[in-house]
Amino acid sequence: MQISKDKFQLVGTKISEAEKISKPSLSFWKDVFIRFRKNKLAMFGLVLLGVLIFMAIFGPYMTEYDYRTNDLTNKNQSPSSEHWFGTDDLGRDVFTRTWEGARISIFIGAAAALIDLFIGVLWGGISGYKGGRTDEFMMRFADVLYGVPYLLLVILLMVVLGQGLGTMILAMTITGWINMARIVRGQVLSLKNQEYVLAAKTLGANTSRIMAKHLIPNSMAPILVTMTLTIPSAIFTEAFLSFIGLGLTPPLASWGTMANDGLPALRYYPWRLFFPAIFISLTIFAFNVVGDGLRDALDPRLRK
Amino acid sequence: MAKYIGKRLLYMILSLWLIVTATFFFMRIAPGNPFTSEKQLPPEIEANLNAHYGLDKPWYAQYGDYLLKVAKWDFGPSFKYKSQSVNDLINEGFPVSFILGLEAILIAVAFGLILGIIAALKHNRWQDYTAMIIAVAGISVPSFIMATFLQYFLAIKLGVFPVARFETFMHTVLPALALASTPMAFIARLTRSSMLEVMSNDYIKTAKAKGLSQGVITVKHAIRNALLPVVTYMGPLTAGILTGSFVIEKIFGIPGLGSHFVTSITNRDYTVIMGVTVFYSIILLASILLVDIAYGIIDPRIKLAGGKKGE
Repeated sequence: MQISKDKFQLVGTKISEAEKISKPSLSFWKDVFIRFRKNKLAMFGLVLLGVLIFMAIFGPYMTEYDYRTNDLTNKNQSPSSEHWFGTDDLGRDVFTRTWEGARISIFIGAAAALIDLFIGVLWGGISGYKGGRTDEFMMRFADVLYGVPYLLLVILLMVVLGQGLGTMILAMTITGWINMARIVRGQVLSLKNQEYVLAAKTLGANTSRIMAKHLIPNSMAPILVTMTLTIPSAIFTEAFLSFIGLGLTPPLASWGTMANDGLPALRYYPWRLFFPAIFISLTIFAFNVVGDGLRDALDPRLRK
Repeated sequence: MAKYIGKRLLYMILSLWLIVTATFFFMRIAPGNPFTSEKQLPPEIEANLNAHYGLDKPWYAQYGDYLLKVAKWDFGPSFKYKSQSVNDLINEGFPVSFILGLEAILIAVAFGLILGIIAALKHNRWQDYTAMIIAVAGISVPSFIMATFLQYFLAIKLGVFPVARFETFMHTVLPALALASTPMAFIARLTRSSMLEVMSNDYIKTAKAKGLSQGVITVKHAIRNALLPVVTYMGPLTAGILTGSFVIEKIFGIPGLGSHFVTSITNRDYTVIMGVTVFYSIILLASILLVDIAYGIIDPRIKLAGGKKGE
């Protein structure tokens, strides 16, 4: 390995200066940010995500149409300067509906991730920290629930509870939190016997303080990665459910319902399916590469 | 080993019981009764219908009946199609889904392994980047979207493959490809990272020092060990193929169990939904168990009974 000379620099001859740290010290998160920034694919994903979120917020206002007004004189129009992404079988503007769909998909992803986070951290934290019988019981319960095939349970719940945004999020989180709980438990188990936790205990800190101040912040890295990767899977599940007819009720637009509506017309009006399809894929792609990049940046030992 | 399998079987049965119980009670609280569509039945006929399907009994008797029947592999009649039982539907639809699923698994494993191995051997070169971009794309594009794209471009626009139905081998290519796309991407990523890890081991260096060729090292030493993590993925792979088949069969008009399931959801045909859910759960849980046992046999470092992996 070649190391060029200019990488070395004389810091001074005095003994007091020799020990001085010449570079500014980096906090953990700054370090993570620097590593993340070097990952081109992840940065591309982040930019893409930024654009998608921007469009989800402002996209529906960029046209004079709204997502629910039918215009039967203009149905199934191909993309034009009038309707940028064309119109659907009820003459609704696909551009507007696409960004309405983005709002719903991103909302579902974020809501599912946050609820999973809340239950998972609580369950996994308590289970890991208490240990013993509590842990055994809580984790066996999670194991049995984990054995239930995820998508089948979600489908079943949607059939029973009826379609809608709230029931969909409920159905997804009812077993979705288990993954998070397992990860938090693993972290807490490995951290709780560390000296600084013992020190905090000796100083009289109670359980909730130790959890909130020491255990959870130190588990932040895997929690964050799991959250970022929960979002695309929730977005996928929403699209999947809507696609088999268990999604949102009309006239609400989600990418899955739009794709489902567009499928029978694929041969003649392919844009009705292609626009939502492309944006589902782009969004899942963006979240996936950001999640992967975050994992590599947070724990460089894992990088392959 | 026996103890481990016993323990796993116990969990499997517990999970299954949970599923059966949940489906039973879910279907009871679901809105509408099975005969809502028959508009205004005279009370005598409705009472007769209820008696015929055992719906006049108290709920615990119905629950007991259902558990017993499921244990005897009898999922009862379909509420919408009077002449058909759920077992008929499964017997008729599952073979079709099975062929399709098997084809998809073969494609996913074969291409996933090839992509992953190439990526690992050409680490950080263009082959690696290309393979990994294909993999990320495969993970990001949901199978039903892949299916519609394949159908539109290869079948409708170019006419290379038939658009839909399930008759000859050519009919199965596009749906199998669509089903395989996501698992293939996962396998490629898994294989790549495990190959990279294996290739840095000492015994690979020894093999190199012995003067073995790159080909022999890769095939005889590296791949065999790198395959282990891929085996663990076979469980989730089955799950993915299974649930993927719901939408893929719908898109390509294939008369498999997946499309029957989706139709039963649209029709709110509760007994079919219950039966097929339980059937799918059994297949899934059984395949995950099989994979775990196989894993223990393939990799002697893993002691199943101790429950500790890897150490």
